[in-house]
Amino acid sequence: MQRIGVFVCWCGSNIAATVDVQQVADELAKEPGVVYSTNYQYMCSQSGQQMIQEAIKEHHLTGIVICSCSPRMHEATFRKTAAAAGLNSYMVEIANIREQCSWIHKNKEEATEKAIILGRAAIAKVHLNAPLTAGESPVVKRALVIGGGIAGIQTALDIADAGFEVDIVEKKPTIGGKMAQIDKTFPTLDCAACILTPKMVDVAQNEKIHIYSYSEVESVKGFVGNFTATIKKKARYVKEDVCTGCGLCTEKCPMKKVPNEFNQMLDNRTAIYIPFAQAVPKVATIDPNACMMLKNGKCGVCSKVCTAGAIDYTQKDEYIEQQYGAIVVATGFNTIKLDNFDEFAYSQSPDVVTSLEFERLMNAAGPTGGTLLRPSDHTHPHTLVFVQCVGSRDISGCGKPYCSKICCMYTAKHAMLCREKYPDTEVYVFYIDVRTPGKNFDEFYRRAVEEYGVHYIKGMVGKVAPKDGKLMVQASDLLANDQLLIEADMVVLATAIEPDESARSIATMLTASMDTNDFFTEAHPKLRPVESPTAGIFLSGVCQGPKDIPETVSQASAAAAKVIGLLVKDKLTCNPCVAESNELMCNGCSACEKVCPYGAITYSDKEFRTPYRTTIMRRVASVNPAVCQGCGACTVACPSGAMDLKGFSTRQIMAEVDAICK
Amino acid sequence: MEKNEKELAQLIQEISGLNPKKCMKCGKCSGACPAFHEMEYHPHQFVDMVDRGDVNRLLESKSIWMCLTCFACVERCPRDVKPANFIEAARLALIRQQGCNHLKDEAVPPLLDEEMPQQAIVSAYRKFKK
Repeated sequence: MQRIGVFVCWCGSNIAATVDVQQVADELAKEPGVVYSTNYQYMCSQSGQQMIQEAIKEHHLTGIVICSCSPRMHEATFRKTAAAAGLNSYMVEIANIREQCSWIHKNKEEATEKAIILGRAAIAKVHLNAPLTAGESPVVKRALVIGGGIAGIQTALDIADAGFEVDIVEKKPTIGGKMAQIDKTFPTLDCAACILTPKMVDVAQNEKIHIYSYSEVESVKGFVGNFTATIKKKARYVKEDVCTGCGLCTEKCPMKKVPNEFNQMLDNRTAIYIPFAQAVPKVATIDPNACMMLKNGKCGVCSKVCTAGAIDYTQKDEYIEQQYGAIVVATGFNTIKLDNFDEFAYSQSPDVVTSLEFERLMNAAGPTGGTLLRPSDHTHPHTLVFVQCVGSRDISGCGKPYCSKICCMYTAKHAMLCREKYPDTEVYVFYIDVRTPGKNFDEFYRRAVEEYGVHYIKGMVGKVAPKDGKLMVQASDLLANDQLLIEADMVVLATAIEPDESARSIATMLTASMDTNDFFTEAHPKLRPVESPTAGIFLSGVCQGPKDIPETVSQASAAAAKVIGLLVKDKLTCNPCVAESNELMCNGCSACEKVCPYGAITYSDKEFRTPYRTTIMRRVASVNPAVCQGCGACTVACPSGAMDLKGFSTRQIMAEVDAICK
Repeated sequence: MEKNEKELAQLIQEISGLNPKKCMKCGKCSGACPAFHEMEYHPHQFVDMVDRGDVNRLLESKSIWMCLTCFACVERCPRDVKPANFIEAARLALIRQQGCNHLKDEAVPPLLDEEMPQQAIVSAYRKFKK
């Protein structure tokens, strides 16, 4: 028989205002096995914990029940308290009488009754609890960063700085991501390349960092501290270690009409290409969809002109298996497709561009060499209309329901740069709300209006119609309660951003959760913003939610700090509440193996004794406790009842149900 | 039975089956409206007036009869508020009031406007004569 102690917490007035804590303690004292019952204002406080420890020693308690807040909040606290008093941590049960009782009820009498029932269920469970000991698993001291944009770069640099090995896997031929495409950065207007490319060089030169460019993560197995990832290194048909990046092949390649992704398809590149001058690694890549040699075996110019002999048309995809202790997701974003927004005439006129395209048009390394020219006829535009919230804050199903966060600031930047470079232009910005929280952000926007004379108009553009080489923009001016018709030369759409299309498959691979917009979910929206609820998976940058460069960099460093905190540990304590198979009951059906999301269950043939001194061989399941996460899927799937979860056995759960229904 | 202004606004909301509170006041409806300059009150104002229960002015105004129900605002509204549906609901609320406001044959000629599409007049006549 267990000797059980019950501790009812008031949580200040959080519980005590709705639940009669004294009555709960008195009623629970009458339960079988309860030898001590009390209540206290703050059980989690130091004096509360001391009270528990003293009671454990004084009354020789073998199990305790804390009636308090959710176990998510303080289960770990009370387990430590018990362990310090010599009681096994897993002899502690929490009855959640705050989130599941006092906070959601108003009637004190009913809430008190419910609190007693919840306490009774916990007592019934403690009766069947057995001491459990947590095992340990080693930590591989190497991190994987998926995505080589500014988020991935910063995370990798910070982890490497602490002395750990980091691998960056980037699916494009170069690291740098979206920031490499951007012209200037708000609110200081320093050039993006000038601040990004030194960081890219740092990554390339850092001995602790290895870049897998033009590569993708193919599969991930394992668990925190011990992941095994398979990385697919796509064939780039150029020997990475031989190519000097001289660029001669890109000059001589006869296939010159391939749309250039780096310039948002605004100009063309060759079939063998280096995305941009400061690419890291600065190695050429052959686009297999455009190369004549790879498509029909006729050409071979690049291999003839390459003095280093780096071209290899026979290269195959390569698979690399590597072990990691932690994984950081930094998969970033893309602008949405504008197929649902015909009213802005994006597909009808080349002079209607997205903001990212506009970045390239303003960029000195862009298709126009930094001179703002209309894509249609390469003339200088005089009237520009910027449309905000294109596809953002849209619940009609055409766009995205969230605010893309960065558009207000970059539109102010674009408008300002336009007026600064070309004072002869008229610049209109149509906005719904101008959202500029951030250090020096609102000042920046006001400067665009006050110093640069950008016309900010509250209202939305309803229609853009190409007419005689111009764009007729019909829009509302809500403050004047008027409808305007502007003859514009260019229209720039502040297109909503969405997570990269690879994010969902990566989330599935990592068993990391996502929200309905495919942004990765954080473990806690306020207090654990850079961790995924899946242990060992960390989040960096826009993959978690829209954010600008300063925020991305802060979050990237925060994720790195969390990774370092994990990698410095030599061993991790495992969760002892894992599944266990009863070999005598197991019928070898494999149902559990199929449902296990972690691959923790294996089958083997075992010899069993049978009557009359004979033996038989039977196929039975066994669980690898280091891999099992204790989700319980197998216990539900098992038809013979052989699978059980330690600490949450079928008997314990049924005892709780019986106690509730009593 | 005469309805007061609040009840009328409620009725318009019920007929439309839509929620004016979803409107984020972006003005895309009024930016898209081809009949904007014909109206005293504009599509974004309809939504706001129904939301605030300030509908008497609206029902008395010619604006609701100027809407061509072309659905440009419905098509482009990012918040699924559908201003044209409110306008249609306002018209219905008006003609559902017993014993008044039915379009009489002799009332049509003075309403004729050369710029108004004929189809609009014919469909309005069919709809509101009964």
